[in-house]
Amino acid sequence: MEDPYAVLGVPKTASAEEIRKAYRRLAKQWHPDTNPDKPEAEARFKSVSAAYALLSDAEQRARYDRGEIDASGAERAPPGGAGGWRDWAEAPQGARYRSYGFSPEAGEIDPEEFEELLARAFGGARRAGPRRGADIEVMLRIPFLDAVRGAVRQITLPDGKQVSLTIPKGAEEGMVLRLAGQGRPGRGEGAPPGDLLAALEIEPHPFFRREGKDILLDLPVTLQEAVLGARIEVPTIEGPVTMTIPPHSGEGTRLRLRGRGIEGGHQIAVLHVVLPQGSEPALEEFLRNWMPEDRRNPRAGMQAP
Amino acid sequence: MIGLAELLAQVPAVPEAEVTLWIERRWLRAEQAPGGGWVFTEMDVARCRLLAELRITLELEEEVMPLVLSLLDQLYDARRTVKALLAALDQQPDEVRQAVLAAARRETG
Repeated sequence: MEDPYAVLGVPKTASAEEIRKAYRRLAKQWHPDTNPDKPEAEARFKSVSAAYALLSDAEQRARYDRGEIDASGAERAPPGGAGGWRDWAEAPQGARYRSYGFSPEAGEIDPEEFEELLARAFGGARRAGPRRGADIEVMLRIPFLDAVRGAVRQITLPDGKQVSLTIPKGAEEGMVLRLAGQGRPGRGEGAPPGDLLAALEIEPHPFFRREGKDILLDLPVTLQEAVLGARIEVPTIEGPVTMTIPPHSGEGTRLRLRGRGIEGGHQIAVLHVVLPQGSEPALEEFLRNWMPEDRRNPRAGMQAP
Repeated sequence: MIGLAELLAQVPAVPEAEVTLWIERRWLRAEQAPGGGWVFTEMDVARCRLLAELRITLELEEEVMPLVLSLLDQLYDARRTVKALLAALDQQPDEVRQAVLAAARRETG
């Protein structure tokens, strides 16, 4: 496709009126019907029409001027896309624009051999002398209780070596533990080895949850325990303890076991009242005749406005 | 091979003086035509579009262009080298390939 400005013979700065005049003149000159004996006329007429179609549309013309579309109106490859610089630069002939460093006067170009390029790409590290070994990164999945209480775990490295890793008390999800010197060996004289980095992934516990330094426990209680109060045994992260459920403890009541969390945190038991399963004739009989002291509607305030 | 006029037609956003400057600075590595003037390959056209994107669309300062181009060209040098190595590796027997890949993995940790 030719440059539409050249086809119409107008400068890039031509006004819409000038473009229209040029088109009319050329279209008359090359109209196929007025040039039946000139086979090239039809082709010329077509390219004049195409050029005018592009340049008479202000938006298309602007896009062409910015290089977004080519003279046929087709989208130009976006920067970096197919046909863009990357395709050329990565092809073998890309060596034509090889880097000559950051020097304003690049001067003479002496074609380099591939080997020299390789040496430059990979030789730098060798000259740099001893190099610290790489770090090894591993994911370590640990039980919930090991994380909150702390633990020592034996882990096997990819190369078969066994190391023991101390998980600190209250370790959190994503925490990275570093074992200095347990990574890859260094390269060269006196080069230090890398480190082992273990990122912790904590398995959820069936009934404990964590909230900062506090441990949350969903604690099911019977109707009788909730209404009458009770002393019951509950699990904590350090083993079972006895706790008191005060009388009239409703659903969702939070009871605190002081100091039973992580490092000064507390365990918080959230009560869930569990009704007996199946029919309870005595309870049902009692409830039918029962007149509560507190007759407030628990759904008061839920009325739609 | 095309001349300067065709190049300017293909990269419409670029003023001629700018292209001349790019050639002088060797950002655009055009060749001298036997009868005078410049000739450009298809690759030079792509290069010219790249320069236009950097200088005109992205409005990079003239002073930073040598640095940016040097880094870009180095990046593509490295990518070409890696591509060549991978292609060479691809033609090796399986055990050689596995050994090289294993060694490379150890190197990168």
